[in-house]
Amino acid sequence: MLRQASRLISRSATAASSKSVTARAFSTELPSTIDSTFVESWKKVAPNMDPPQTPSSFMKPRPSTASSIPTKLTVNFVLPYASELSGKEVDMVIIPATTGQMGVLPGHVPTIAELKPGIMSVHEGTDIKKYFVSSGFAFLHANSVADIIAVEAVPLENIDASQVQKGLAEFTQKLASASTDLEKAEAQIGVEVHSAMNAALSG
Amino acid sequence: MASSAAVPFWRAAGMTYITYSNICANLVRNCLKEPFKEEALSREKVHFSISKWADGKPEKPILRSDTPGV
Repeated sequence: MLRQASRLISRSATAASSKSVTARAFSTELPSTIDSTFVESWKKVAPNMDPPQTPSSFMKPRPSTASSIPTKLTVNFVLPYASELSGKEVDMVIIPATTGQMGVLPGHVPTIAELKPGIMSVHEGTDIKKYFVSSGFAFLHANSVADIIAVEAVPLENIDASQVQKGLAEFTQKLASASTDLEKAEAQIGVEVHSAMNAALSG
Repeated sequence: MASSAAVPFWRAAGMTYITYSNICANLVRNCLKEPFKEEALSREKVHFSISKWADGKPEKPILRSDTPGV
C-alpha cells in the first residue's frame, strides 16, 4: 500500500510543487523547517499516519556562528585522565598538526586536525604555556571553540633530556637493524617521537 | 577501487591509529623526570581477564595484570 504512496503524492501535488521539490533536492540551501508541501500532500493521502521523520529532525541544532568574529578563542584541552583546560578563553593556540605547526585564532575555519608529537602552546596576553603533546586531535569549530584531545601532554620542564638522548640513540639503532615492516614502523615512531622531544627541549 | 590517499607509514605496516597513539604516549612517559614518571607509569597499568567461549561454556581465562598481588 505504501509503495503507491509516492506515486499518489506526486499525482496529487501539482506539477509546479513537484518541480520545486526536485529543484530543492539539488539546491545547496535545504530548508531547516519541515517541508510543508510534502506534509500537506502526505496528509491528503494518509491522514491517519504521521509524516515520516528525516534524520535532520533528530539532530540538535548546531551552535550558532556569531555574525562577528569573537575576540577570544575558547579552548578545551582534555587528556584521558584529566581536563587540562576547560572553557579557557585565550588569544591563540599553536597546535602541532601533521601538516605543520598551525596557529589558531578566533574565527578560524572549522577544521579537524590530526596532531603529531610536538609542542602545543597556549597564548594568553603575554603568557605562553607550552605542553609537549604525544599525539591526538584538534577540532576547531565555527563558533571559535577549540577542542584539543591528546593521550599524553606534559609541560616541557618535566621531560628528562638525558632519557630523550638515550631513547633517540636506541631507536635510531633499532631502525637500522629492523627486519619486519612492523619493527621498522615501531622504530620509526620511536625516532620521530624522540626527535620531536629533542627539538622541543632545545628549540 | 585503488586507494589514492597516501597512507602514513604505520598504517602501511599494518598498525592501527590507536596502537600508534599508545606507543607515542608510552615513549613520552618513559622520558619524564622522576616524580612525574611514577605517576605516569601507573596510568599504563592494565588488569583484565579474557576467556574464550566454546560450546556455551567459558574455557580457562587468561589473566593479564600489572597490579601485584591480585
